[in-house]
Amino acid sequence: MTDRTPLLSVRDLQVHFKVASDSPWPWAKPQLLKAVDGLSFDVFPGETLGIVGESGCGKSTLARAMLNLIPVTAGSIIWQGQEMRGAGAPEWHALRKSVQMIFQDPLACLDPRMTVGQIIAQPLHTHLPQLPAQEVMQRVRAMMQKVGLTTQQINRYPHEFSGGQCQRIGIARALVLEPKLVICDEPVSALDVSIQAQIINLLMALQAQMGLALVFIAHDLAVVRHISQRVMVMYLGRAMELASKQALYLAPQHPYTQALLSAIPSPDPRRERHKKLQLLQGELPSPIHPPSGCIFRTRCPQAIAACAEQKPEIRSLSSGAQVACDLI
Amino acid sequence: MALLEVRNLNVQFKTLDGVVTAVNGLSFDLERGQTLGIVGESGSGKSQTVLAMMGLLASNGSATGQALLEGQDLLRLPPKALNSIRGNRVAMIFQDPMTSLNPYLTVERQMTEVLELHKGMTRRQARVRAVQALDAVKIPDAARRLAMYPHEFSGGMRQRVMIAMALLCEPDVLIADEPTTALDVTVQAQILALLRELQREHGTAIVMITHDLGVVAGLCDQVMVLYGGRVMEQASAESIFYQPTHPYTVGLLGALPRIGNDNPSLLAIPGAPPDMARLPSGCPFNERCQWREPQCVSQRPALTALPEKPDVWRACHKSAAQIQPLKPSPAP
Repeated sequence: MTDRTPLLSVRDLQVHFKVASDSPWPWAKPQLLKAVDGLSFDVFPGETLGIVGESGCGKSTLARAMLNLIPVTAGSIIWQGQEMRGAGAPEWHALRKSVQMIFQDPLACLDPRMTVGQIIAQPLHTHLPQLPAQEVMQRVRAMMQKVGLTTQQINRYPHEFSGGQCQRIGIARALVLEPKLVICDEPVSALDVSIQAQIINLLMALQAQMGLALVFIAHDLAVVRHISQRVMVMYLGRAMELASKQALYLAPQHPYTQALLSAIPSPDPRRERHKKLQLLQGELPSPIHPPSGCIFRTRCPQAIAACAEQKPEIRSLSSGAQVACDLI
Repeated sequence: MALLEVRNLNVQFKTLDGVVTAVNGLSFDLERGQTLGIVGESGSGKSQTVLAMMGLLASNGSATGQALLEGQDLLRLPPKALNSIRGNRVAMIFQDPMTSLNPYLTVERQMTEVLELHKGMTRRQARVRAVQALDAVKIPDAARRLAMYPHEFSGGMRQRVMIAMALLCEPDVLIADEPTTALDVTVQAQILALLRELQREHGTAIVMITHDLGVVAGLCDQVMVLYGGRVMEQASAESIFYQPTHPYTVGLLGALPRIGNDNPSLLAIPGAPPDMARLPSGCPFNERCQWREPQCVSQRPALTALPEKPDVWRACHKSAAQIQPLKPSPAP
């Protein structure tokens, strides 16, 4: 965090999907699902930006849009000063050498017909085709050791590994190119607690070793708090709050952040029993018909009539936190 | 006599790898209005324990031991007698509400069926009762939603329907198998608050199966920690969370990222959960335990009560005083 020129800047990013209309008429216009609706944030070298939100809030869409794996509707993605919006396939190909991704389901993201060695070598073949085969194998072996696999396992297939080990293979594949930024989409949510801790420790150790920046997407607020320096809270495709970890967890400003934090059960019986729950009413509204004005107002305990009128823009408070709520 | 007494429950499966013992020598008592938490990682035998009690094991599985509901052994009841208890005096909520509701039937049909069968109500009476039950789990506009199919409900609402259905006959025991794992945290908090409220009103005893220690802390009086199909530690929730005496319990608590804790690295348990067909000799946890001694490999520790605290049961060769909370070590 010493260098304050951002590695990646996202400005007013929008990803909209056309979905079939509810109307029975075939000529009815398709409806618009705003999966990501106007997000702006920066990722700085070496830092971890956590992104949290409930299912359906657009976290995974955002991750994919950042790598142009799904088409972006509007807004800009700026990588080290270079505008990527409108860039062609060669530019994106070059970018993906420095920005890699780790996926949620460790087994599903590995080709069952490839050996571990082939899987980890794949990014090298794609991005550094001139590399001699010997050098490729050397880098693959070195990477396997770094993520805690043994080099004897190089000719095995993914099904021979447990979930935690598969996630290590996924991490090795993402890091073998020595990227600058890794986007982790729920990398530990499919793992048991004891294995989850191993993978989080591994990611943090590798980050320190290789100077990586991470975008860490998860629904588990405790995990995100552990690994991140800054955290963005999303709700229905929009950012509700973006703040440093300390500010967000100690003094959450947005009513949604407050509700999310109070909903996490903590492993402490005395505290749990005397906790004042700030229960949110109802559930996530449909993203096809989002509420007018503030999208959170239908579940917000502090909502007033004015919230239905105007969409609150995200703005900076004096503390440095950014909040999208007009009542603060 | 406790409401539910389980004695030396064993569950075995015949597989191509030979006979696999999924649950081994499990015993507990459950009183009215109490909650027992069963905690463990995937494959530790927590679901098979309750499936065995409900007579729902897969066809290659068999259970031995006793599960006494007010003295009546559920494991030895003929199917007809068991059917009059299941869904009536002992009800169950499953992890995935979509796959455990029938997609072809309206919620009304699925709910009234229970009452017609167990309580001999007419359809009309059953319908009134079903609306009350949906109201009790705070489903808005219950009368209208009764006519809907499961796919028309959201995940949280479906779980509420499951709970309403399980509570229709006001069961003595409610078994909840990971009831909130598939749900978002804000919805999970709603469902847990609902379970607590319903327990207070009806005095239902709850068996809560979960891998989430946070859920256990808020809901359970007694906790049983399973590993490799065996009980590692069994004690009150207070004792488990504040004075864990077994290395695995200590490890589980250390591996958990917490909101109020700023340790730079988590205390991961090395290795992976065991393959049930190839359990290590001696203590099932010995390969991952940092207090391991030769004795742990050669001899399996028995589950015994602590002399100074007779309600704390643990299976470990080391004394409770030797098991200190872990200190952070650098990541691998």
